[in-house]
Amino acid sequence: MSEFFYMDGFAVWVWSAFGVTAVAMIFTAVGVLRRHRGQLRQIAQRHGETSPNEPRD
Amino acid sequence: MMADRRWRWFHRLGSPPHVYSLAGRLAPWLGWIALILLLAGVVWGLVFAPPDYEQGDGFRIIYVHVPSAWLSLFVYTAMAVACAVGLIWRMKVAFAAAIAMAPLGAMFTFLSLATGSIWGQPMWGTWWAWDPRLTSQLILLFLYLGFIALNRAFPEQQTGDRASALLGVVGVVNVPIIHFSVDWWHSLHQPATIAQFGPPAIDTAMLIPLLITAVGFKLYFLWLLCLQLRSELLYRERRASWVKAEAGKIST
Repeated sequence: MSEFFYMDGFAVWVWSAFGVTAVAMIFTAVGVLRRHRGQLRQIAQRHGETSPNEPRD
Repeated sequence: MMADRRWRWFHRLGSPPHVYSLAGRLAPWLGWIALILLLAGVVWGLVFAPPDYEQGDGFRIIYVHVPSAWLSLFVYTAMAVACAVGLIWRMKVAFAAAIAMAPLGAMFTFLSLATGSIWGQPMWGTWWAWDPRLTSQLILLFLYLGFIALNRAFPEQQTGDRASALLGVVGVVNVPIIHFSVDWWHSLHQPATIAQFGPPAIDTAMLIPLLITAVGFKLYFLWLLCLQLRSELLYRERRASWVKAEAGKIST
């Protein structure tokens, strides 16, 4: 097991390359999901509560 | 009549509500399959692929470096095509797609540079060199960032779309330069091992997890593109009646 993490002496490089990739991809996904959710919430607030028969503004 | 039917899919791709709902239906599938492939490819590449005879376990960086480099070029090409479609047919959805792709492409370009730098340190003895492949890839990052900045630089979205689309289309000349840089010039970077004529110069046991991770990266990109495109269309079409109708379906 420790041999697996040792990576033939390349541990620092292999794990930092995989680490930076994981962080960037997770960070990007969270940002995109939050923007999408925020956009949905915004249009729901703007239009959702107003029924088509009685426009509020 | 024939021509009508043949082009219907193209016209439907020009309709924001159609693309919005299509992207919404595709997104969860793409996301879950991407996650499964990424986990499978990374575990396979890190644990089961044999070590390289020259680079030992150091070669395993390939499983994050090469997919991000491929995606950086794929996304730019797709973005340039979207820009051209937007300019030629005045298709609003194409402009929305281009700006939806740009930050994702920039992220993959950054990753290819970062992981390449980490790989270069033990193998070449340097983090960075002003080498043709590395320099043209850095220019790709600046093209993405320039595209985003130009797109957002004008009060009128339409002006920003057209100006940035021109940059996007012109910048596509950099894509073949990056790809062939390792053949055209003397480079530190190794030449292509997979996208070449003849069989790939890599062992099958190393190649299979690489292809799995690469497909995983591509589906991950398509997943986020669907969500980005939906956000972008909702924002751009916020005054359109279909967005108002869509708001009724959302339960918050």
